[in-house]
Amino acid sequence: MMLGLNRKDASLLLIVAILVALAPIFLNPFPEQSGLAQFNAGYPDLMQRFVIFGIFAIGFNILFGLTGYLSFGHAAFLGAGSYAGVWMLKLLTINVIPAIIISTAVAGIFALIIGFISLRRSGIYFSILTLAFAQMSFALAASVLTPITGGETGLQTALDDPRILDGTNTTGNIPAPSIFGLQMGDSFQISVGGWLWTFNVGYYLSAIVMLSAFYLAIRIFRSPFGIMLRAIKSNQQRLNYTGLNTKPYMLACFVISGMYAGLAGGLMVSMDPLAGAERMQWTASGEVVLMTILGGVGTLIGPVLGAGLIKYFENIFSKINDNLLHKWFAFMPDGVEDFIVSIIYPFVGKGWHLTLGLIFMAVIIFLPGGLVELGQKVASIFKKKGSTPSNNPNTEPAE
Amino acid sequence: MDQIILQILNGLDKGSAYALIALGLTLIFGTLGVVNFAHGALFMLGAFCAITFSRILSLSKVVVDETQKDFLGNPLKVDVPYIYDWFGESAGQVLINWSVPLAILFAIPVMIIIGVVMERGLIKHFYKRPHADQILVTFGLAIVLQEIIKYYFGANQIPNPAPEAFIGSFDFGAAIGLKAGTIIYPYWRIVYFCFAMLLIGSVFAFLQFTTFGMVVRAGMADRETVELLGINIDKRFTIMFGVAAAVAGLAGVMYTPINPPNYHMGMDFLVISFVVVVVGGMGSLPGAVAAGLLLGILESFASMRQVIEALPGINQVVIYLAAIVILLTRPRGLMGRKGVMEE
Amino acid sequence: MTKTKLTRRSVMQTGAVAGAGLAVPTILTAGSHSGFANAPTGSSVTLGFNVPQSGPYADEGADELRAYKLAVEHLNGEGDGGMLQTFSSKALDGTGILGKKVEYVTGDTQTKPDAARASARSMIEKDGAIMITGGSSSGVAVAVQALCQEAGIIFMAGLTHSNDTTGKDKKANGFRHFFNSYMTGAALAPVLADRYGSDRKAYHLTADYNWGYTTEEAVRNSTEALGWETVAAVKTPLSQTDFSSYVAPVLNSGADVLVLNHYGGNMVNSLTSAVEFGLRAAQANGKNFEIVVPLYSRLMAKGAGKNVAGIFGTTGWHWSLENTAGSRYAGTNAFVKSFGEKYGFPPSQAAHTCYCQTLLYADAVQRGGSFNPCSVVEALEGFEFDGMGNGPTLYRAEDHQCIKDVLVVRGKENPANDFDLLELVDVTPAEAVTFDPAIFGGELGSCNPGA
Repeated sequence: MMLGLNRKDASLLLIVAILVALAPIFLNPFPEQSGLAQFNAGYPDLMQRFVIFGIFAIGFNILFGLTGYLSFGHAAFLGAGSYAGVWMLKLLTINVIPAIIISTAVAGIFALIIGFISLRRSGIYFSILTLAFAQMSFALAASVLTPITGGETGLQTALDDPRILDGTNTTGNIPAPSIFGLQMGDSFQISVGGWLWTFNVGYYLSAIVMLSAFYLAIRIFRSPFGIMLRAIKSNQQRLNYTGLNTKPYMLACFVISGMYAGLAGGLMVSMDPLAGAERMQWTASGEVVLMTILGGVGTLIGPVLGAGLIKYFENIFSKINDNLLHKWFAFMPDGVEDFIVSIIYPFVGKGWHLTLGLIFMAVIIFLPGGLVELGQKVASIFKKKGSTPSNNPNTEPAE
Repeated sequence: MDQIILQILNGLDKGSAYALIALGLTLIFGTLGVVNFAHGALFMLGAFCAITFSRILSLSKVVVDETQKDFLGNPLKVDVPYIYDWFGESAGQVLINWSVPLAILFAIPVMIIIGVVMERGLIKHFYKRPHADQILVTFGLAIVLQEIIKYYFGANQIPNPAPEAFIGSFDFGAAIGLKAGTIIYPYWRIVYFCFAMLLIGSVFAFLQFTTFGMVVRAGMADRETVELLGINIDKRFTIMFGVAAAVAGLAGVMYTPINPPNYHMGMDFLVISFVVVVVGGMGSLPGAVAAGLLLGILESFASMRQVIEALPGINQVVIYLAAIVILLTRPRGLMGRKGVMEE
Repeated sequence: MTKTKLTRRSVMQTGAVAGAGLAVPTILTAGSHSGFANAPTGSSVTLGFNVPQSGPYADEGADELRAYKLAVEHLNGEGDGGMLQTFSSKALDGTGILGKKVEYVTGDTQTKPDAARASARSMIEKDGAIMITGGSSSGVAVAVQALCQEAGIIFMAGLTHSNDTTGKDKKANGFRHFFNSYMTGAALAPVLADRYGSDRKAYHLTADYNWGYTTEEAVRNSTEALGWETVAAVKTPLSQTDFSSYVAPVLNSGADVLVLNHYGGNMVNSLTSAVEFGLRAAQANGKNFEIVVPLYSRLMAKGAGKNVAGIFGTTGWHWSLENTAGSRYAGTNAFVKSFGEKYGFPPSQAAHTCYCQTLLYADAVQRGGSFNPCSVVEALEGFEFDGMGNGPTLYRAEDHQCIKDVLVVRGKENPANDFDLLELVDVTPAEAVTFDPAIFGGELGSCNPGA
């Protein structure tokens, strides 16, 4: 037993911790000057997004993976947390700690209200209620609530913000979010041979928060509370017949899940102090659903993998343009080069959505358990007979 | 008074588009139990059937006109549709002018084929899978269909006007004895409403009065029993999927003169049509139609100036607000059956 | 810990030297020797072109990207040089910028502030871009501009028309060549009063977000100053697709002009509805009913098809400008020629503004003698130039806004082709659209070189 975890879970946590700590190294597998450096993901912004969306997806999975309640409005909590975070940075201090705490709390309160109403229904009726609340939040934030939310342009920090604890200044530049003087954008770089590794303050702060969130999620999955939530998923009616009131459990779960989203929102604005309304739109809610399913619903690590895959596509594939393709294939004869480029081009750059759509379909058709199932299949090839995938500690499904 | 009548008309018109899409969605829910996130994409494909058809009609040969110059000062290239060669210029112009209604004939077979291929090729394998998997795969499909259309037609909207005979407005005010010129409504929107009602009526009649429809309804209610009776219900459900696709597609064809379509229009309608279906009650066809019309009318009223001034922002949220109120007061929407999609 | 902000290029060179002995880890203190973020150290310099490639503005983004590629060619001395032949500053000589070959990276803004910032950050952090440019909406421009200010990178805005970009949200590191809502109002109102008379009653439909608000305000103020009355102003949701319920009541409202403060898909759909409801053919208050679209783009005009015929609006530039309004607008034909020969059709106003921004940036670096953002800011502030298709233009120091002539255009009745949709009605000279930079508030702050 370690930190109250059994051996399997403890080793999973340890593996994730090591991977996260060394991410700046292994996400940059290609030397800087090589043509494949385009596929490197080890720069601060994307690494921060990986772990922050990981938190969002872990939280979503606590609700969806354990109870089977599909919320289609989770982005509202991300957005509410983001706005609360920016307001803290504006009003209180540029130190990110109050912003992160208040974001989580505000999202929790928001989730309590929406959850209290939406949980009166189940199934698709619940999904549509959460969707309706989130869409209302989005529409109002982008228009009528402009004084509070900055409208479609988004809420930003400004030079003349009060910042009660720091004191305001009106000259120079807007202070960047920091933690006790260390700015989120500060980095420490090591170059070895052709490789360049960036160790960024903001990334490691987010990573530590993500690991804590991940640890907490494991504890919830393994707790009596978690077992109760799974019972709700398998047969809520039977629980009700035994005289048990499931509502408080569901509401607690919904609020925890919402707080994870708020935490992610708070971290997002700490890394990059701008909160836009479209963060609450249904497409953003849909994205976290897709991340979770793509990674593997109800598994511990799946949602993080799904979040990573989608963000990788969004940020890396969208930046490949025809100029780059021509460079890559320049060694070929002209006609062949043009032909190859014309075949690949529709799938990258402005066509990155197409590739993403095809991947959704391929994963769900061939790997019903998401990316985690892929991991299991690969693992089972290397393992001896008798170790069935469900014994794999990383990937135990919730059902 | 005239303002209210005008907004009711408007709401019916708006609502008929919602109802058509929601009807198709419900057919798929009800028969196959599949949450089809690609349904908006089918609506969009229908609209692009109309665009494609009008492009086929206007397929042109290029004639260089030495008397005119293009923007770089080179001789201007003028497009002359082949159809002018085949039918003569005036008949050709009439055909191009009437391309939207004619596109219906083109869209029905195309959409049925798309629907059947989709069901046999993909959806079939997802009947027994969790709803979450159905959402992911159909959402992926919707993105792929969208991107293909974007690749060929661009992201910009493409105008596709109604036949000239339908351009202009009908004076309702004068027709019902109010002051002339107060309630006028465009002909094409009236056509759209009538078309929608006709289509909805035929789907109901088909399900209600034909043996095929009776079997399908029986299958919706109790699939296993129908199968035990030795009826191949799968085949009929496949055909129903094709019908649902055609309904969405026709809604799209007729919609093109109202809003010029672009590749994204399906996504714009997707969320709203899901809300309509659920508010109507899962698995209920009349519920979907009623909810579509109701939400359309509410949306129209909320967009009145006097209402917005009293409640700023109401026009942004009215549909969602109505959905929340209805779902909280009626647990299964307007006409939902117990136990459908409640888990 | 050393403070190294977002730099890569300088690090790489140091790294390469140290890297001679492989596997010897080198701990670097980058930015400090160059003095500014992403200082180019090799034989090339990277610019970041951040344009919408997915979503409804993807076609506009594609046109922007075409213009950027053309600008890069011209800067590197390829092609016919385009506007470099007519540009009043002769600092650029076709050998890149300060002798460094210009390279570029591209990204997708998705027309969402979040995605646009993610894309811009990856250009800055990963690709070492020294300047970011592009975009097709004000929300994106304001968000990316703030990011660039923080990171110490220059931002040259693409198509953004809201007053906020160089008004309340202006930043020292950000520059806008495109005009704004205020200038639209000032240019449009006199033409409208001239054509439609000064006793008109206007009904506004306004997209419910920041750009809509500033445009409505600008058009209202300038038309009311000339005697018009505003009957009503109704806000429409940005996500609205069918505007019938907003358009239907207009005819009986007592108004005789409808102003559509909409852009992109909103404008195409609301105009289509307005024409469908017969507003163009209608009579009100004994006059012909009229529709006005404050901001026109060619792509919108294409989407709305025949419905734009005869409808007034403003635009920043049009490819036929030099031929119709004379040699004051020199540069137009040079640009249209190189663009048209490369791509086969004339450029849009978005392409024009993006092309100009790239050249203006390169020229400012060249004149200032450094890629340092503070040197660029100094070179651009108060810079007067000509020969870029808009006549004599000033990059104002107070708010980093270009002050130039604004075009009033009208949809053509019988367009000859897909690109010939707008005709020039009048050009309002720069003096008539100049405004006091203080009226919108906001603070430029000081230039940030990063590092």
